[in-house]
Amino acid sequence: MEPIKTLHSRTAVLPAANIDTDQIIPARFLTTTTREGLGRNLFADWRYDAQGTPRPDFVLNRPEAQGCRVLVAGRNLGCGSSREHAPWALLDYGFRAVISTEVADIFRSNSLKNGLLPVVVDEATSRWLIEHPGAEVTIDLDSTTLTLPTGERVRFPIEAFSRYCLLNGIDELGFLLGRVSEIEAYERRT
Amino acid sequence: MFEKVWDRHLVTAETADTPAVLYVDLHLVHEVTSPQAFAVLRERGLPVRRTDLTLATMDHSTPTRTEQVFGGAPISIDSAAKQVRELEINCAAFGVELLGLRSAQRGIVHIIGPESGITQPGKTIVCGDSHTSTHGAVGALAFGIGTTEVGHVLATQCLLQRKARTFSINVSGRLRPGVTAKDLILGIIGQIGVGGSTGHVIEYRGETIRALDMDERMTVCNMSIEAGARAGMIAPDETTYAYLSGRPRAPQGADWERALEQWQQLPTDAGARFDREVEIDAATLEPMITYGTNPGMVIPISGVIPVKRDDLAFEKSLAYMGLEAGAAIKDQIVNVVFLGSCTNARLSDLRSAANLLRGHKVAKGVQMLVVPGSQQVKKDAEAEGLHKVFLEAGAEWRESGCSMCLGMNGDLVAKGQYSVSTSNRNFEGRQGVGARTLLASPLTAAACAVRGRVTDPRDLMNG
Repeated sequence: MEPIKTLHSRTAVLPAANIDTDQIIPARFLTTTTREGLGRNLFADWRYDAQGTPRPDFVLNRPEAQGCRVLVAGRNLGCGSSREHAPWALLDYGFRAVISTEVADIFRSNSLKNGLLPVVVDEATSRWLIEHPGAEVTIDLDSTTLTLPTGERVRFPIEAFSRYCLLNGIDELGFLLGRVSEIEAYERRT
Repeated sequence: MFEKVWDRHLVTAETADTPAVLYVDLHLVHEVTSPQAFAVLRERGLPVRRTDLTLATMDHSTPTRTEQVFGGAPISIDSAAKQVRELEINCAAFGVELLGLRSAQRGIVHIIGPESGITQPGKTIVCGDSHTSTHGAVGALAFGIGTTEVGHVLATQCLLQRKARTFSINVSGRLRPGVTAKDLILGIIGQIGVGGSTGHVIEYRGETIRALDMDERMTVCNMSIEAGARAGMIAPDETTYAYLSGRPRAPQGADWERALEQWQQLPTDAGARFDREVEIDAATLEPMITYGTNPGMVIPISGVIPVKRDDLAFEKSLAYMGLEAGAAIKDQIVNVVFLGSCTNARLSDLRSAANLLRGHKVAKGVQMLVVPGSQQVKKDAEAEGLHKVFLEAGAEWRESGCSMCLGMNGDLVAKGQYSVSTSNRNFEGRQGVGARTLLASPLTAAACAVRGRVTDPRDLMNG
């Protein structure tokens, strides 16, 4: 996993609430057995028409959204299916962070394990970001702050161990494998 | 109850810096969310730590047409066939028991767990699937995980977890005739919202819950994730024990007695505090049906679609559905009826739909697909002659699997068509690109099939 310390990017904005993981990557693309190449089908049914032509009015198809690494979305982002293909698709497309007032549990956990940073902000910050698509923001994981182009700095919560893993590009499996003696002790006493 | 199960599975407790290491008693594996996890084990040269606590099956991308399951006809989607093959290869290579495509024990992973008796009170159960919450109906702590975590559990039998908050949903009042467990959970989600329990484990409590049978409890717990919950649980009681007793993978003899003694300790102690509590009155509920593109967009079947001004997401949702704010949902045209999924494809679900269908025909032009939750459910239903009721009414009778709930196997609803579905998600495109899903109970689905329009099942029920 690639470490994240700071991220500086313009935002792409999808204001809808409750964007579920079926929208992020529809089920028909899940018959893959690898993690790669999902980016081209990210938001497939919103992004392309029935012939597979990009819809010019969809946010990610607009010229100003190209190269954005931060996605701003409405409340309860990533609800529904547990498919880890959702953060894989977002990362493969080029996003490194998502910002919402609420990020669904499984999607948040899956994102953290793959180096996609879920940033949870208050209503006012979210509203400002949704009203200012393309805003240049800086996300600093070390100080857990989001800096808006207005200069305003907003702290965001993140679980301590996940932050440590993201900052250092460490995956959690190594940590678990280091607990083998405790796991064996648990198995002996139960 | 959640805290008791949590505490008993702590390998190491959480600290400010590190999450808890939680031991997993049962890891269920399926073909869609496991290939990349097995790949990690291969890359690192790791074995599956506890093959005896791991059980695999295939359900999501498997065909439901008999000739493709048993007749030697090829699976029509190449990538799905590859996924099925890859699970067979992975299970053989790592020594994991697989209930494969032609196994009589195969079925939707959340149906076969309880059915076989391997789902038990007090266990920690995980699977790379969000509807793992279903297993909480017996008093297990069961939740969905991602593929990276599937790899963690395969390699270490453990997960890194922060403790969830607790949420009591206390249900009182008797469900009226024609109002089912599906209507109850849809009503609950409508009330608390699709993100209403993020970060929480729900415990469903109260007299109404106690009166539900196990199949109904599973329907309720199944959709906990649709309210954003990490898991849903129901305390085990005599109904639970009677259900599990004698099942092939449940404890037997002296082991049963020992297990029972432990299970009886699980229910939440009187006076225990929850982080959040909600009261639900079940007596006022009607059959429920969704009108929008998430399960919280739900109304009583006699109701009208709400009017919300200046809500773009709401308008977009209704535009997708081709429905109008302020209009009644009753008599809306229906093109497809799907009776199936981990929410509502157990024997009692099929019985309830068959009872309503008996002596009726599926309306002209309506496709009704009946997909039993497991091969065992199929066998039991056929022993009762339920398949004949469905076939005589003009419905299709298929092999088990997830099928049209998410359409991965090619069982799809066409663009623009209205599908009354007993599944759990009405998201845009869930049942096919442009498909319009109305979630409802098996009873309501059967009534809609007969009339070809959204129909209150009570209008067709005798007496």
